[in-house]
Amino acid sequence: MSMFVIGYYAALIAASCIAAYFQNRQAFMLLFSLTLVSFVLGIVGGVPALQGVTVFAGILALAAGTSYAFREFLIQVSRPAIAKELRTAPLTAAFGMFVIFTYAIAGIFAPWIAPYGQSEVIASAFEPPNEDMLLGADQLGRDMFSRIVYGARNSVGLALLATILAFMIGALAGLYSAVKGGWLDQLSGRVADVIMSVPSLIFALLMLSIFGTYLWVIVLVVAIIYSPRVFRLTRAVAGNVVVMDYVEAAKLRGEGDWHLIRKEILPNSTAPLIAEFGLEFCFVFLLIAGLSFLGLGIQPPTADWGSMVRENATLISFGDITPLIPAAAIALLTVAVNFVVDWMLFRSSGLKEQ
Amino acid sequence: MGDILGLVAKRLGLGLVTLLVVSVLIFFAVELLPGDIAQAVLGQMATEETLARLREELGLERPAVVRYFDWLAGAVTGDFGTSLIDGEPVTAKITDRFVSTLFLAAYAAVIAVPFAITLGIVVALLRNSIFDRVANVVTLTSISSPEFFLGYILILYLAVKWSMFPAIASISSGMTFLELLERTFLPALTLVLVVTAHMMRMTRAAIINLLASPYIEMARLKGAPPWKVIVRHALPNAWAPIINVVALNLAYLVTGVVLVEVVFVYPGIGQLLVDAVAKRDFPIVQACCLIFAATFILLNLAADVGAILTNPRLRHPK
Repeated sequence: MSMFVIGYYAALIAASCIAAYFQNRQAFMLLFSLTLVSFVLGIVGGVPALQGVTVFAGILALAAGTSYAFREFLIQVSRPAIAKELRTAPLTAAFGMFVIFTYAIAGIFAPWIAPYGQSEVIASAFEPPNEDMLLGADQLGRDMFSRIVYGARNSVGLALLATILAFMIGALAGLYSAVKGGWLDQLSGRVADVIMSVPSLIFALLMLSIFGTYLWVIVLVVAIIYSPRVFRLTRAVAGNVVVMDYVEAAKLRGEGDWHLIRKEILPNSTAPLIAEFGLEFCFVFLLIAGLSFLGLGIQPPTADWGSMVRENATLISFGDITPLIPAAAIALLTVAVNFVVDWMLFRSSGLKEQ
Repeated sequence: MGDILGLVAKRLGLGLVTLLVVSVLIFFAVELLPGDIAQAVLGQMATEETLARLREELGLERPAVVRYFDWLAGAVTGDFGTSLIDGEPVTAKITDRFVSTLFLAAYAAVIAVPFAITLGIVVALLRNSIFDRVANVVTLTSISSPEFFLGYILILYLAVKWSMFPAIASISSGMTFLELLERTFLPALTLVLVVTAHMMRMTRAAIINLLASPYIEMARLKGAPPWKVIVRHALPNAWAPIINVVALNLAYLVTGVVLVEVVFVYPGIGQLLVDAVAKRDFPIVQACCLIFAATFILLNLAADVGAILTNPRLRHPK
């Protein structure tokens, strides 16, 4: 038994005892079941497995600390009304906001952050990391780190564009259907049904095979595939608002459809729509990443996370984790957005599970 | 019973109509090509004669509607035309691969369904405890990860570092069933991870929804023991949502399988589709899309029909 193992179990058991003493049931259950799991892990995997657990717990603690500090920072800089809301945010949501903030900075200031250009060849293929290149070189000898930073601009930017377009199509169709009703409502409902009855990736592949893999095609196709989701939600939310008395009053005043949508209905249906925007972004982002991974998304030499995974995949068979970094970047952003959306849905719906 | 049969028949009819509309969409989308198929295959530099010859070969001079019905009749009888690239019949290319894909999906489903539903129910019963929160974060992370990320992580650790399973799922017809299971373990596990997370979350939501209903509270208040509340009162009503969850997630498997096949170089229909898209081999693309869409619609249909059939309120009409 090494000092590490003794210290490991001592720390865990001491922490469990402290939790039990202060009657913190949940913390105690978590710590003590971790202790029990560690016995099994220690026997099966030996010291490295326990070290893995320690590193993992350290990363988790670091993330929690960062999220806590970031939430405090946000509370300090924002206006009192927003600060009050932010105080209720769980740490996961704060973590999500922190990640989104980091990605936004990386995307906006990419040319200043990245040490090299995204298509600049500076080394030989697959060169290992050195003091010039943080993460080594890719299959053509371009700096991996710079390409990941640029990827934050290209991949996320494209997904954002497609999401906004999907949202505009879906929300406008949903609002107009709710206001107008009749055949327009029926027609758009059926069109949405048909689009949703084809799996999204399959639909996208069909369209890309026909129109070719141009950027505008990808944006348009992805937007059309995901607009029915927004349409259904907007239609449902707006449908409940349209029957309100104040909308009736506005109609009797002789206001036009556009006024009804913009001034009466939209302000009263924003909360679920904002949460839907986040969810929608996750779907769009994952679909575009999948398409790029299949070689049908953003075309080279533009840096893009999905295609970077594909291009460097051979490194995996040598036990190198570099190709996983862009994939992890995709996963991290999606998780972050999901965390924030989870909190917003919880807040806006007032959903309190018993 | 008449009510139920009527409902099921109505739903089946609706599914058939959807399938027809989707087939129209798949066929006529190709008609939207700038120029026509012959132009797209041969490129801008083709001479008039070669274009005319290819058009005649493909029967492009006939109106699109006629060709659509031809194609549909062929598809129903299992004939999807010939490939534009090598002239081989599409059906011959697809059949074996489709069986492989179904095998992979079924493999994943057999592991994922019992696992996910048990975990989902457990997490629902332990809701708002620390385990529930941890499960929430873990499943959310798994859902948010692209399939290729999970796949490559599994390859890196289980295949390369600890060499427990083969990284590439190459299969041939001469293999025994056990060998087949071992070779396709990693792609199946990737699918299991993605689908389990989805299924668990949906099961959890369905069960919590159910446990909040008044008749469960009534059963508790009248003093029924907890196991009886679950088995006698909750479970009969839980079948509908659970069947729904399973079918919807199997439908989700259909899409997930494409990316996983590419990651593991698995000879399935998804890989064929991706290759055909890159080569713009439209008959194959159309055939694959139709098969995927049909499976997807069929599973959604199964979800609805299953929900109707297991609904106790419909089984015992007033």
